[in-house]
Amino acid sequence: MNLVTPGIGLIFWTTITFILLLVLLGKFAWKPILAAIKTREKGIEDALASAENALKDMRELKSNNEKSLLEARAARDILMKEAREMKDAIIAEAKAKSQAEADRIMNSAREQITNEKNAAVADLKNQVAALSIEIAEKILRSELSSDEKQKALVTNLMKDVNLN
Amino acid sequence: MINKINIFRKFSAVCPVIIALFLMISTHLSASEPQEDAVVIVQEGDGSHAIDPHAKGSEKKMDISAVAFEHVLDAHSWHFWGEGHEVASMPLPVILYSNVKGLQMFMSSRFEHGHASYNGYSLYEERIVSENPTESVYDFSITKNVAQMFLSMILMLWLFISIANSYKTQGLTTAPKGKQSFFEPLIVFVRDDLAKNNIGGKNYEKFVPYLLTVFFLILINNVFGMLPIGANLTGNIAFTLVMSVITLIVTNLNGNKHYWHHIFAPPAPKAIWIILIPIEIVGIFTKPFALMIRLFANMTAGHIIIISLIGLIFIFKTTMASFVAVPFALFISVLECLVAVLQAYIFTMLTALFIGSACADHNEDGAHNEDDEAAAVKHH
Repeated sequence: MNLVTPGIGLIFWTTITFILLLVLLGKFAWKPILAAIKTREKGIEDALASAENALKDMRELKSNNEKSLLEARAARDILMKEAREMKDAIIAEAKAKSQAEADRIMNSAREQITNEKNAAVADLKNQVAALSIEIAEKILRSELSSDEKQKALVTNLMKDVNLN
Repeated sequence: MINKINIFRKFSAVCPVIIALFLMISTHLSASEPQEDAVVIVQEGDGSHAIDPHAKGSEKKMDISAVAFEHVLDAHSWHFWGEGHEVASMPLPVILYSNVKGLQMFMSSRFEHGHASYNGYSLYEERIVSENPTESVYDFSITKNVAQMFLSMILMLWLFISIANSYKTQGLTTAPKGKQSFFEPLIVFVRDDLAKNNIGGKNYEKFVPYLLTVFFLILINNVFGMLPIGANLTGNIAFTLVMSVITLIVTNLNGNKHYWHHIFAPPAPKAIWIILIPIEIVGIFTKPFALMIRLFANMTAGHIIIISLIGLIFIFKTTMASFVAVPFALFISVLECLVAVLQAYIFTMLTALFIGSACADHNEDGAHNEDDEAAAVKHH
């Protein structure tokens, strides 16, 4: 039957055509097409990967930024705290110092006052003593200015003296 | 997607059954009165130029099986339309090699559609026979099928080389345009879904050009066969024979140690080897043989079904039959469009599968591959 009897002519030409097609298409069509598709697929893959990486980097950067912001904030807080502490310390020190100075000045003033007072008292005592002597001298002089008075005195004294 | 393919597979499985039925019916019809019809045709050609085909219709029985075979078989001239003296056809070159006269070349118009003999040769049922009984003739003519194959070759070369060039001119950064954008997904499909999935491993890439050539040669000729004046190349057993023999050669040249070990030292008790080894050896050939028959039967079936359905109008001799025949023929035509793509896919897929099972690393998925293959073969 013709339908299922392969003809030698068609077998021959099919073989020739197929081999020719395989060689020509393989060299001039499939090779460049497949290479181009592969290159493009690789390009797309790379682009996707690099986009992914960029996203990752950005996220990292963002988180880094946040971290450094937090760190900066913390550092600022510490600095502020330190500054505050330092300020307090300085004020306290200054206060203590000024207090001490004031105390010292007060003490020395008090001491001086005491000294001055003592000196004044001593001076006063001396003057009182001198005055007393002067007065006593003047009194003596006036008491002993005449013989009667001297005699009266002696008598008076003699009266007091109890010759026992 | 997979569901759809399964449906397609079922349809394509139905086709050979239908063709078998039609072949049985048509051979029975032609066998019953072959001589009478042949005589009628010769008479018609010989004399009576003024015969009105309609007037003669009552005398002459329409031989649908002859018409059907005329449509699916190869021819030495490219017939477009018309019959007898109003025929529009293109003569094709005849190339003969005979053990007596050597190589000869002449146009098929010399035979005057089988009514004349030339140089001691005559055309009988599209076969060139010598009038000298001792002479054996080998027919290497550029027949209708060969001419269409050359056309498809030129089309493929132009198409794919210009696509390859458009990658060079447009660069890789621009999106594909025109035919490039139509064929690129098909090329990627053959590479990824046929080659990579079925062959796998590292070496699938070297088979991709072969599989692409097979896929597009079959696809384009399937589609050409669907055209009204196209030749039924992919439904010709010689074409499918060559394609499947190439599959056989490629598969076995790439068979690895495991493949041959499986054939000549199957994993079974040695007592069974005496049965198994011959079966395995036959199995080498049955796989490509099934490929050959599948493509041939599917493509031929569609053409015969359509011509038979149209033939119903002439058998019943009433135009009313066309209300049934034409919608059915349309349905089968649409189905054939699907089968044209499907059979190109199946041929390529199974070729890839055979290559894959011959050169795959069987350590992990050898059994799996064989199961796939068995399932795939069963479906068609």
